[in-house]
Amino acid sequence: MTSIAFGPDDRYHAFLTVCGKPSHGAGKLAGVPVAVKDNISTAGIETTCASKILKGYVPPYDAHVVGLLKQAGAAIAGKTNMDEFGMGTTTENSAFGPTLNPCDTGRVPGGSSGGSAAAIAGGMVRMALGTDTGGSIRCPAAFCGIVGLKPTYGRVSRYGLIAYANSLEQIGPMGKTVGDVSTLMSVIAGYDRHDSTSRDKPYAHTPKADIKGLKIGIPEEYFGKGVDSGVAEVVKKAIGRLEDLGATTVPCSIPSMEYALAAYYVTCTCEASSNLARFDGVRYGPAADTKKSWHDAYQEVRSAAFGTEVRRRIMLGTFALSSGYYGKYYAKAQVARENVKKDFLRIFRDVDVIAGPTMPTIAFRLKEKSDPLSMYLADILTVPANLAGIPAISLPCGTSEGMPVGLQIMGRHFEDERVIDVAYAYEQAVS
Amino acid sequence: MAEEETQVIVGLEVHCQLDTKSKLFCGCSTDYRNDGPNTHVCPICLGLPGAMPALNKKAIEYAMKVAKALNCGIVNEAEFSRKNYFYPDLDKAYQITQYDKPLAEGGYLEIESDEGGEKKVRLTRIHVEEDPGRLVHMGNVERGKYSLVDYNRAGIPLIEIVSEPDMRSPKEARKFLNKLRATLEYLSVFDSEKEGSLRVDANISIRGSERVEVKNITSYKGVEKALTFEVTRQKNLIRRGQRIERETRHYLEARGITQSARSKEQEHDYRYFPEPDLRPLRVKSWVDGIVLPELPDARRERFMAQYGCSLNHARTLTGELKLANFFEKVVAPDAGGLSPLASTWIADTLIGELNYRDMSLDKVDAESFTALVDLLKAETITDKSGVEVLRVMLDQRLKNEKTESPKAIVERLGLAKTTGDTGAIAAAAEEAINENPKALEDYRNGESKALNFLVGQVMKKTRGKADPAELNRLLTEALKKRGA
Repeated sequence: MTSIAFGPDDRYHAFLTVCGKPSHGAGKLAGVPVAVKDNISTAGIETTCASKILKGYVPPYDAHVVGLLKQAGAAIAGKTNMDEFGMGTTTENSAFGPTLNPCDTGRVPGGSSGGSAAAIAGGMVRMALGTDTGGSIRCPAAFCGIVGLKPTYGRVSRYGLIAYANSLEQIGPMGKTVGDVSTLMSVIAGYDRHDSTSRDKPYAHTPKADIKGLKIGIPEEYFGKGVDSGVAEVVKKAIGRLEDLGATTVPCSIPSMEYALAAYYVTCTCEASSNLARFDGVRYGPAADTKKSWHDAYQEVRSAAFGTEVRRRIMLGTFALSSGYYGKYYAKAQVARENVKKDFLRIFRDVDVIAGPTMPTIAFRLKEKSDPLSMYLADILTVPANLAGIPAISLPCGTSEGMPVGLQIMGRHFEDERVIDVAYAYEQAVS
Repeated sequence: MAEEETQVIVGLEVHCQLDTKSKLFCGCSTDYRNDGPNTHVCPICLGLPGAMPALNKKAIEYAMKVAKALNCGIVNEAEFSRKNYFYPDLDKAYQITQYDKPLAEGGYLEIESDEGGEKKVRLTRIHVEEDPGRLVHMGNVERGKYSLVDYNRAGIPLIEIVSEPDMRSPKEARKFLNKLRATLEYLSVFDSEKEGSLRVDANISIRGSERVEVKNITSYKGVEKALTFEVTRQKNLIRRGQRIERETRHYLEARGITQSARSKEQEHDYRYFPEPDLRPLRVKSWVDGIVLPELPDARRERFMAQYGCSLNHARTLTGELKLANFFEKVVAPDAGGLSPLASTWIADTLIGELNYRDMSLDKVDAESFTALVDLLKAETITDKSGVEVLRVMLDQRLKNEKTESPKAIVERLGLAKTTGDTGAIAAAAEEAINENPKALEDYRNGESKALNFLVGQVMKKTRGKADPAELNRLLTEALKKRGA
């Protein structure tokens, strides 16, 4: 084992923990500093999910992907900032202060993997791990002008990822280039017996730029109401570029998108309310006052140590799962989710990939989105891929108002390779 | 009060720990009982952030064995769900269990009914779940300064067997449990001797009234006691014209009573939803591959047919796996010759003597017992001496003293039957008659009880060694000589 020196100029507050002299072994990523989002467990390195309730928590074990990184020789450079427990679209919901967008420090980097995106965009690392529950890799990738892949659900082990919404989220690679993302993906993908939802689909792929004859579906909903016209223009131009490379486009529609956001927010808040219940001040967080009854003590710790957005989502999820409401909310959300999946499967009978903008707008200004509902609406173009479990990548495709715009490519289940190839073809064509 | 209105209705929910080597969702060993707290734990059973459950297939196989033995149907697709509630012993603040898609449904268990004969107790379902950790209160739970949590138990596989309300008395409930225990032990999936391996919640009502749930029963005897207490309590309320509240009560083992649980504890809303970290369980096809061993009912029938045991003896002997195995070992050298004596000496005498000493059958070796039965069969000793020899054998084993063979005990204590030594018996008979002129008088007057008394006296004088038939003959002769 050798070690590298890692001393980034973190003017964007991308990191919560910096590992100054990370050691590493030999392998595909020998000596490459890789940043890890702070909701992925790292043995011996504090892992907080950017929450006060996990301040001081040092996991005794590595997440499966962290073990794989180490085996590949990577140097764990540090832990990156995020929205608390992944709940947010701006990284402003961090208990330890927001991360700034390296392209414009008056703007947010997106979220929730904003720290990982800023660390790459700011030139501190070449690659990083993020997690994507409803767009948390793709949104900051788009806002910061980097590449980020949400793999097919089950392709990367979630063991060691501190769960926010288990049925939706995936760990995924983020990088400066499609090549870096592909390399990182080849290290982290594959079956893990510790994650029962993981599948035996390793990724050993070298990106290819040939997309002749590729059929691209263009869903009307991705260029409809709520999508900024400047962003739409840039993305359309990028899709034109793909046509120049020999691809053909087919208009299509995802009618179930009308219910996608509702289905997403019901599902993720329900799962979150259960996942976060263990943080009770007994084993995590500021010590509970043991003179009180344990119900009161739990309540006190949880009210004080969780941020506003986390508390909001726990309450929503708790309500939606309550006796008498389960059928109205959770069960209905699962039906809507199935419909989204069916829509994608139907479209994928005729096309190879689907393309559109990653985000409906460019990066927001800090504190611009103050009401939760308008913030939730910003996830409309990213959540469908999570509901359906399909792979989706965001890559930079130009600028609007001087800020990066992300092109999103979605593919069939376990066709992460094809999604990577399309992104690679575009990247090669414009560079 | 009409019979109808006092009809007792009982249904049980039985939780049993499955005797697997590792826990339900991780590789930690289940053999924690002799080790310190929190020594059999890992990120998964501690519920550390990020850890995920990975299902132990063996536990599912065990549960399916039980389901098959209890005539249940395996569902096409079972599912694990989260039961959400806050309690300090619950590491994740939810328990992974099965809710609306349990592993098995239906089925029944046959028990001996109060009226005699067999009756079927129907089962509702069997599901698999994880055991929570355990709180250790420092001092008293209400006034102690603090409590500690031991997660060694967290993640031990449990099955919950839910019965229909088909039992009609606390005694039937006890019989159901005994039969269930025997069945699980025959299947080699359960060890009833492990502390806390069985927990029972009972639903009990008097026909026409609300039902009461009694929680926290942890022993076989406890079920009958708790329910008997409840029957009396509920009948008294009805007699006084009061209404029975639908409620949850806790059984306090030490005091043998049930106590109303605080109302707050009843307001649980568990917010069940499917466990997203586990995939649906499609294991119906496994059921064909499961080969069941001989079960208690079949063994009982065989004991009657093969060894000529009476129904009662066969029921007792097969009611516990160990006892049944012990019996077969004892008679193995000569099944035809030893069985008649062995069945009564084990089912009646040995069990009584063991219970009296609160002693486990494990301490008795079949070989020594065979030797004892051999002595009885050869009429080397009388039944009375046999009991004396057995007591010595048990006491030596209980006190971990040097053990002697039954034959050695007989020799050391001079217990060999005095066959042939008619002189000694005759002399004892003469003595007994001389010492009890009143008995002689009564006998002359035709009171048969007097003979029994005199037999007892002679037996006493010969220290139980006299052959009863010979004793009878000689005593009658002696009485005849006196003109009786």
